[in-house]
Amino acid sequence: MRRLEMIVSRLAWFVPTLAGLVVIVFLISNVIPTDPVRVLLGENATPAQVEAMRIQLGYDQPLWVQLARHFRDILTGNLGTSIYTQRPISEDLAQRLPATLELTLVAITLSIALGIPLGVISALRRNSFWDHVVRVLSVSGLAIAAFWLAMLLQFLFAMKLGAAPLNSRIDGFGPTPVTGFMIVDSLLDWDMESFRSALSHIALPALTLALPAAATIVRFTRAGVLDVINSNHVLYQRAMGLPPGLIVWKYVLRNALTSTVTQIGLIFGVLVTNAVIVETVFDWPGIGTFAVQSILQSDHKAIIGFTIWIGALIVIVNLLVDILHSFIDPRGAR
Amino acid sequence: MTPGWRRGVGRFARDRAAALGVALLVVLVVAAIFAPILAPYPGDVADFHTANRLHAPDAANWLGTDRMGSDLLSRIVFGARITITIAVVAVGSAVVVGVPIGLLAGYYGGWPSNLLMRVSDIFLAVPQIVLAIAIAQTLGPSIENVILALSITYWPFWARLVFAETRSLKNEVFIESAIALGASPWRVMVLHVLPNIASAIIVRTSIGMGGTILTAAALGFLGLGAPPPTPEWGRMIAESREFLPEAWWYATAPGIAIFVVVMGFNLVGDGLRDFLDPRIRRGAGGHGAGSRGAGAK
Amino acid sequence: MTALLAVEDLSLGFATEAGFASVLDRVSLSVERGRVVGLVGESGCGKTTLARAILGVLPRDQARITGGRVWFRGTDLLTADPAVVNRTVRGRAITFVPQDPFTSFNPLFTVGEQVMEILKWKSPRAAALPAGRGWLPAVVSRYPADRRRADVDAVLELLDAVQLPRPDQLLRKYPHELSGGQRQRLMIAMALLPGPDLVIADEPTTALDVTIQAQVLGLIRRLASERNVAVLLTTHDLGAAYEICDAVAVMYAGQDVESAPVDRFFANPAHPYTKKLLASLPRADGSAGGIPGEVPGLIAPPGGCRFHPRCERAAGPCFEARPPVEPLESGHWVRCYHPHREAP
Repeated sequence: MRRLEMIVSRLAWFVPTLAGLVVIVFLISNVIPTDPVRVLLGENATPAQVEAMRIQLGYDQPLWVQLARHFRDILTGNLGTSIYTQRPISEDLAQRLPATLELTLVAITLSIALGIPLGVISALRRNSFWDHVVRVLSVSGLAIAAFWLAMLLQFLFAMKLGAAPLNSRIDGFGPTPVTGFMIVDSLLDWDMESFRSALSHIALPALTLALPAAATIVRFTRAGVLDVINSNHVLYQRAMGLPPGLIVWKYVLRNALTSTVTQIGLIFGVLVTNAVIVETVFDWPGIGTFAVQSILQSDHKAIIGFTIWIGALIVIVNLLVDILHSFIDPRGAR
Repeated sequence: MTPGWRRGVGRFARDRAAALGVALLVVLVVAAIFAPILAPYPGDVADFHTANRLHAPDAANWLGTDRMGSDLLSRIVFGARITITIAVVAVGSAVVVGVPIGLLAGYYGGWPSNLLMRVSDIFLAVPQIVLAIAIAQTLGPSIENVILALSITYWPFWARLVFAETRSLKNEVFIESAIALGASPWRVMVLHVLPNIASAIIVRTSIGMGGTILTAAALGFLGLGAPPPTPEWGRMIAESREFLPEAWWYATAPGIAIFVVVMGFNLVGDGLRDFLDPRIRRGAGGHGAGSRGAGAK
Repeated sequence: MTALLAVEDLSLGFATEAGFASVLDRVSLSVERGRVVGLVGESGCGKTTLARAILGVLPRDQARITGGRVWFRGTDLLTADPAVVNRTVRGRAITFVPQDPFTSFNPLFTVGEQVMEILKWKSPRAAALPAGRGWLPAVVSRYPADRRRADVDAVLELLDAVQLPRPDQLLRKYPHELSGGQRQRLMIAMALLPGPDLVIADEPTTALDVTIQAQVLGLIRRLASERNVAVLLTTHDLGAAYEICDAVAVMYAGQDVESAPVDRFFANPAHPYTKKLLASLPRADGSAGGIPGEVPGLIAPPGGCRFHPRCERAAGPCFEARPPVEPLESGHWVRCYHPHREAP
């Protein structure tokens, strides 16, 4: 019952949080000294043209009217039209979202597969040579700029070694889109060529995102395991002679993972952040590249739309993580 | 200094990682302050020599030259100034704004405080860089706007942190007794609460500087930072992209500079954490299962 | 009668930042079959460390055993094969009741799961299980269904014996859903399920409410007698020792100082420390004594008898050499150059 309460209350906050986000972003974009209409029309527009466009776009109305209209637009899914693609922004975002999601999911899986075992072993072999190596690497992983790491990996593996493709998501047309996840779709189609192509293309971008995330996971898992190893219940199980392997891999791991799971929400936020930038390096057709192109075009509406979508995505993911956490930890501490 | 302090300082001094971090930061500061002296071609911040463009590292240009023929080493050294400025001002203003807000909200409670914290939560719901992009893009590309964007998106973190700590400290006996003895709210907040949360703030400030530098570099990479010819590291990396893989030095140097500086802040932050307060380990994931086993009894 | 457990001159210390702390100094202790022995002393005297040393669960990187033996059923636990000790002794012949039953349960699993885990490996009905190599066999090993049923019956029966109502419902709960008293009763049950020869109870009532303490102690005493199980009970509560122990041993600052059957212990304490300890118990008229001075640090402890700085009888050899064991009447011995002697 407590779990249900938690879910309901979080969902209840979901709406005001997003609403608040919309307000904040709206305010930000309206505190500007630059004139969006001018930007839209270019330098050579006459004052009359500027004025006409201003009225047409509704920039002449008082601020709260604009905000109200803004909300109405968002609720109907109308985020405006992208200058770049000349299509509705929500359409653009919807079309590109699966690419970003696929990349992020693969990256998270990689980072967990790398990070948790390394963290556990590092804790168990505390202060050994391997522990030090792992710790140095994990500290380093947090100091590297994601976009630079992307370029580095691109340089090493694509340009120099030719082991992976340089950019984009797939060669050729790709599989029939069912889920929007090319890896899944190509399997559904049993299109092995697309499958291999999709995998090889996602490798470098996912690795770029996974490495810093893995570094964080290693640190948290290591700390979590060390914490549990010194706890009284582990002492009890040792005193009662339970097999050491059992104690570690069944009990210690579970307790340590509880705290790691909380961090996954955090890590997802970091991953999405980095994805935005890493996508541009690899020409990955996700919402990140869309955002960057909108920046270059000074397309305010597109950026606002992007911000709102990302905000919603992350809030949803955090909620899912908390739900997952409540299943793992029966104490309902959160 | 009490004996505990002395032991702590000794621990910090012997912590080789922290010492390395301090060394790296010293290099950064020295580079920034003495840039005009240390840079082999100080004029290259603004000048360009197109005849010299894209030369690999050699005796004349230790790190090579960029697309305008400017000496990379000089530009990087001057870029240190920008990096430090952004880090210190952005984090500093976020702390200066966020900490008092958190203190007041935590101390007084009530609906205004809760509202304020909800607003902070909204800011924190979205990754810093997403909002910072929106803000920086709106305001236009310049260093000041980058700093502004970063501080606006960072203060809620401090407000929330200090709010939570203040609230939990308020239940401590020593605070209750201070209030009972008639201490004014000011006294309680500044003389009693603040010293107790100072270590948490200091540790997070150091680590926050590292994170801020990375975010600022990302903004620069996206073209939202200062316009050329400002030698901002992130922008330099962006410029270098089209010249890969031939002009590898162009991308390498600023990237390593960022790495070194952020490493410095991270190592110092970690060292400070170990030194200042082993209790801080509860940090963000306070789900440690069970207390420590009994010591020697 | 050879003792079930005989600790012989055990010395160990902890490596700390400030130096090497000599936590146990040539401590000896013996426990006979089926007897309840109380190990008494102030906080920091080493009784919990001794308990953990016998069980073999000292913190690995910091603790160093510098001498002595721990004889159990004829084998020295310190030098025996650790894997064999883990399989056959720990959780089987010697079991453990911890001080804090709350943190001694894993909060993420139901108590039932944790009880059955103990039985899966330590049930008296289990044939000697093959030693698991590495971690894989342990985690995925089977629990034979018929033995499991017999084990469950044994659990329900024992939960009844420790007076826990509605055991089947109780076992489905998580540790934080039970009260302190319930958890400790469960711990006692878990300690008895494998059919041990010796139960080591480390301050089992310290974390409980005063009203529950007497019940739990009584439970321990009764079950131990019924099942002929020896108990080594560490406590700083002399009253508890008086209630349920057959014999009492006293430790001070890592040294053993006196040991006696319970009646003689309380009637004729020989060691000055013991005498002062007993005198410091609150009396019926509300007065209570104390012992002047402080427990010494263990990094540079006093030489000889470690109590000498606080002892009014200290003289001569007390400062230099630890007093040898002086046997007094009927199982009562003391380490003191100037013990209190009973009036003839």
